[in-house]
Amino acid sequence: MTAAAASGHGLAAGYRRFVRRRVLLLAGLLAAVLAALVADVATGPSSFPAARLLAGLLDPSVLGAAERVILWDIRLPQAVIALLVGASLGVAGVELQTALDNPMASPLTLGIQAAATFGAAVAIVFGIAVAGAGATVVVPGFAFLAAALAALALYALSRLYGAGADTVVLFGIALLFAMNALVALVQFVADPDALQQVVFWTMGSLAKATWPKVAVLLAVLALCVPASLRQAAAMTALRSGDEHARSLGVPVERLRLLVLARASLLTAAAVAFVGAIGFVGLVGPHIARLALGEDHRFLVPGSALAGALVLCLASIASKSLLPGIVIPVGIVTALVGVPLFMALILTRRRRR
Amino acid sequence: MTAAETAVLPGLILQDIVAGYRGRPVIDGLSIEPVAPGRLVALLGPNAVGKSTLLRALAGLGSVSGRIVLDGRELTRLPRAARFGLVGYLPQSLPQPTSLLAWEAVASAYSATAPHGFGPAGGAADDAIESVFGELGIAGLALRRLDQLSGGQRQMVGLAQLLVRRPRLMLLDEPTSALDLRWQLRVLETVRGVARRTGAVAMMAAHDLNLALRFCDRVVVLSRQGVVADGPPLEAMTTGVLRAAFGVEARVERCSAGHPVIIADHAMDD
Repeated sequence: MTAAAASGHGLAAGYRRFVRRRVLLLAGLLAAVLAALVADVATGPSSFPAARLLAGLLDPSVLGAAERVILWDIRLPQAVIALLVGASLGVAGVELQTALDNPMASPLTLGIQAAATFGAAVAIVFGIAVAGAGATVVVPGFAFLAAALAALALYALSRLYGAGADTVVLFGIALLFAMNALVALVQFVADPDALQQVVFWTMGSLAKATWPKVAVLLAVLALCVPASLRQAAAMTALRSGDEHARSLGVPVERLRLLVLARASLLTAAAVAFVGAIGFVGLVGPHIARLALGEDHRFLVPGSALAGALVLCLASIASKSLLPGIVIPVGIVTALVGVPLFMALILTRRRRR
Repeated sequence: MTAAETAVLPGLILQDIVAGYRGRPVIDGLSIEPVAPGRLVALLGPNAVGKSTLLRALAGLGSVSGRIVLDGRELTRLPRAARFGLVGYLPQSLPQPTSLLAWEAVASAYSATAPHGFGPAGGAADDAIESVFGELGIAGLALRRLDQLSGGQRQMVGLAQLLVRRPRLMLLDEPTSALDLRWQLRVLETVRGVARRTGAVAMMAAHDLNLALRFCDRVVVLSRQGVVADGPPLEAMTTGVLRAAFGVEARVERCSAGHPVIIADHAMDD
């Protein structure tokens, strides 16, 4: 223990230097995300000169009809949705990791994503349509319902058995297997058309992006992120441990429930529109944590940006790996995410 | 509650406290003499006698019934936020070794229950945090990560998390368990100093009888049968009490500097 001078003069100034560095890092991440977004829009099966692309973005009327459709109805919504889905999964992941005090927690590993997949698969295969509501609402609605039920089951089980945070993760893994089995069951009874749709969709693909879907995702993010930032201090306090947070008056159980609700909402919206995207919700928060530390005022926006960046880059890779072919982006995130995740764990262990 | 009533009843009153698991109380009907403001009270007793249970219950973390009156206000009747604003509790567990900076851990404690996540802006918060690091003599730790600190250092950060909120009742569960000798003394001197200066009540569960003897104004000795002694350390910790509560043959002697010292000779047979 340092026997430093009893006076703490200049500590606040010292801490402000950390804050400035973190704000700069966040700005850097944002710049990287925007650059990746532009690069994502510029990549695609048909060639599109960069100058013409920029001109078309500023003034769509300079483009021909075909070019306008490619830019404004295909590439741009796809790139923006990649960004928003990455941000959603990043936020959901970091909140779950903190709430459950487990670095392996994420929408994927807790089975919330699989539950959303199941809900959406049911809606697709059984052609469920609610009066007046199109697929933009029904499929995500079912995905959310299933995700929320799964999250609630997780919460109830852990409350019922007085389980610690690590047991919740085990429940989550059990849930993941159960949901995967149910998705397989739905696929088994599906007719060939619906089956193809579901299979395509379990791979995770940006191909069906549209502007209304962008709007829904934006709305969900606009609902969840400010709520999450309002609880930043409580979440940061939770990093000291359950008992410590409780002793400060943080209602830990309610906080967990809210986090699970937000994570279900974010995951369901993301999964419903682009299918199952693995590892972004796990890797995004870890990148943010390495760069920004664990103060949630920085970590939450950082995870959103890191998640967005990872998925944008994955989207670029999915279009450029095989010339002329767009690989479903979920396959790319899994292939890239696993080694990236391993590397993160190993570097962290070495640093300890 | 009127100002007059508050003035009449400063300090802490505990009456008929029942705490523990539902249907199986660990603390069953505990009452102690009122504690005057500014006092440091040691809660002593063998393992599993309910020291931690009592502290958690007083902190609002476990089920509890009975009267807990602090500075004239009955805690169990206060709204949650008001209660946690008055009471600070340091758990026996240490703050987790995360990549959080010590400063951030203390800042999060300061604003954990603020209505908006960013906490009070700048000035007041910075001053409060900075002065706590100075008070505890751990300014050198403030900008280091918790996962790079030793257990004892993290225990100090935990204490800073408690002190930064300036509670009127400080509940400390073995606050020196991870500390070396020098820091044990510093922590107890600091806690006693804060209590005396601010008129807050401090209650500490402890195993080290000699530290309690040396620093505390009062000791409450618990056994499975309830309170076996309650009073100034030298009056409360007699040979008979030590035998009854701890099951040891022990004596209280004076060392060459004149301090009373408890020397345990041997454990009694069951």
